[in-house]
Amino acid sequence: MFSYIIRKSLYAIPILIGVNVITFLLFFVVNPPDIMARRMLGEKNVTPEAIQKWKSDNGYNLPSFVNTKEAGWAVVTNTIFFQKSMRLFWFDFGRSDRTKVDIGSEIKQRMGPSFLLALPTFIFGIMVEIVMAMLIAYYRGSYLDFWTVLICVIMMSVSMLFYIIGAQYFFGKVLKLFPISGYDTGIYSLKFIMLPVIIGIIGGVGVGIRFYRTLFLEEVSKDYVRTARAKGLSERSVLFRHVLKNAMIPILTDVMMTLPFLFVGSLLMESFFAIPGLGSFTIDAINAQDFAIVRSMVFLGAVLYIIGQLLTDISYTIADPRIRLS
Amino acid sequence: MLLNYYMNGFMQTINIHLDAYCVAGNCAVFLLILLIIRFIQSAAHREHYRMAWRQLKVKVLPMISMVILCIYVLLALMDSIAWHDRALNPDGSPSVNVGNYPVFDTNSLTLLDRAFSSLRKNNEKTFSAPFAGEQFTMETIVKANGAKQRITPKLKYPGAHWLGTDKVGSDVLFAALKGVRTALIVGGLTTLIVIPFAIFFGVMAGFFGKWIDDIIQYSYTTLASIPNVLLIVSFMLLMDKGLFQLCIILGVTNWTGLCRFLRGETLKLRELDYVQAAEALGVSRLKIIYRHIVPNLMHIVLIACVLRFSAMVLTEAVLSYIGIGVGSNTGSWGTMINAARLDLTREPVVWWNLLAAFVFMIGLILPANIFGDALRDALDPKLKTR
Repeated sequence: MFSYIIRKSLYAIPILIGVNVITFLLFFVVNPPDIMARRMLGEKNVTPEAIQKWKSDNGYNLPSFVNTKEAGWAVVTNTIFFQKSMRLFWFDFGRSDRTKVDIGSEIKQRMGPSFLLALPTFIFGIMVEIVMAMLIAYYRGSYLDFWTVLICVIMMSVSMLFYIIGAQYFFGKVLKLFPISGYDTGIYSLKFIMLPVIIGIIGGVGVGIRFYRTLFLEEVSKDYVRTARAKGLSERSVLFRHVLKNAMIPILTDVMMTLPFLFVGSLLMESFFAIPGLGSFTIDAINAQDFAIVRSMVFLGAVLYIIGQLLTDISYTIADPRIRLS
Repeated sequence: MLLNYYMNGFMQTINIHLDAYCVAGNCAVFLLILLIIRFIQSAAHREHYRMAWRQLKVKVLPMISMVILCIYVLLALMDSIAWHDRALNPDGSPSVNVGNYPVFDTNSLTLLDRAFSSLRKNNEKTFSAPFAGEQFTMETIVKANGAKQRITPKLKYPGAHWLGTDKVGSDVLFAALKGVRTALIVGGLTTLIVIPFAIFFGVMAGFFGKWIDDIIQYSYTTLASIPNVLLIVSFMLLMDKGLFQLCIILGVTNWTGLCRFLRGETLKLRELDYVQAAEALGVSRLKIIYRHIVPNLMHIVLIACVLRFSAMVLTEAVLSYIGIGVGSNTGSWGTMINAARLDLTREPVVWWNLLAAFVFMIGLILPANIFGDALRDALDPKLKTR
């Protein structure tokens, strides 16, 4: 088991290097530092000196891959690729281009609110989805099934933007049940988080119920279910004791994949509700064209994705003994 | 050259003019129609698709959805065929330049613009509610005796705006209609970019295996591990905003899922008896791929495309909200929502902008989802999609 995890983790390294190369190509070759400086300083009356100064202030005045002016290791370390891209490997994100804040500490600080918003959305969301999916799998083929699925399709056809804008207007402005946006620390954050959590659940529930329903129905048509029925088990105990347990395996992989992303948070929710998490951090960086932050978030996202895949693999082997570690 | 000469002569006699952009747009439309007709023609000969169609055509909801989708496609096609009109002098006569050559408008108009020209031209001053006869906002007027009065002035075209007008007084219904083409291009063109990539790499990886498989698997895993939204955002920040840039990057970020799926299916197909038999008989590998593998993957591609379509339209709206979508020159529902969000904070509230975008969006996405589901059930009920 241990060696399996090690091997899987090692497999992630070339992928991370690949991600790094792609981001480097995107941010430094397609968009060289000169253009970046021009954008930062504003298009009007930019002098070459100002560009040079901005580049040396932010460490963009180095050569891309090989620094011929240096000796020893510095030939490769004192380059843009090493300073800006390779450092991401040990989570040294550097400073933001515009506001000069330390990105690493900012990320640590903002993970909390993101997590606080994403965790309840995720847990309650998946509970609602599984319960509903079980229910309509129990009453499969009935009118309840048909209408629930149709409502799910309608719900997933509505853009998240409408849910957010509509709920903010109706619950926040008309009924005044929740504050429209904002954030507070500690227990007071609860009243700010309620509405985005509810919207998050409603927005995702359509896709989820349908997906879990197909998983359950697939299990229901298998041989062991027929055997269980033939033994004389009631439909209810077949569903709860046999089908649910077996359907847990695909559900688990699905859950494990989303787990790491709870830290990143949702771009839309956080920016609409002004929650100071990583999502709004990213949106602000996009609007300010702060490439250092966007770059860091791309790398962070890739790392979390790979962790998610690793967790999926591991949980799969634990949940399903039939899978051999090879 | 001769053809060009005759074409120009012909168009001058009927008073229209095409520039390179119009020609490209119009050609793309006809090419697309041709492609669809070709696909339907080839599908009509295959029993698999004919059976699916027999199953599909007796279902009410999917058929209604198909009709609605066709209307949307028609609107988008109308909005894609464009040409320039003769420019008119102030007195209404067609204007000519020194050599007595006709002068044309700098802006081209599409077939949709022409069909709904009353909506396009009948602009008010500012907000007005649906079907209203009076302006939504108050104005101060000075009466003949010098007294000031706050009134809601009469509209220039009372009752003409079925979905009201926006801040600058242009018709909301017309803006929503203009968004149809953008949405369909984002959904459709992206799919057209995704399909060849996914089929080519997926089949290559699954059929040839070994190092080809390793390289292709590595590249799509790497690409897939970068969060989609962030990759799109980075790309759009670095490039200029625009419809085609958006389609390209959406295509680049979306081919990985389908590619992985097609690779798996190819691995399965490769082991089937008829492929093994063909191989044993010495049929060349390219021919096996062309004759046996790809045709058996097409139904999966078709299902994936229809189901992906609505996700693309939704993504466009979100990206336009973040401000990295198609840009402000191209009318789209995302930009409408973005503008409507500010209108919602007004007192009294302006809701019809948002409603128009909502109705048009759900009117496209809901039928697309229902039709996609029915298509999947008819073609391959076991296919698992999320």
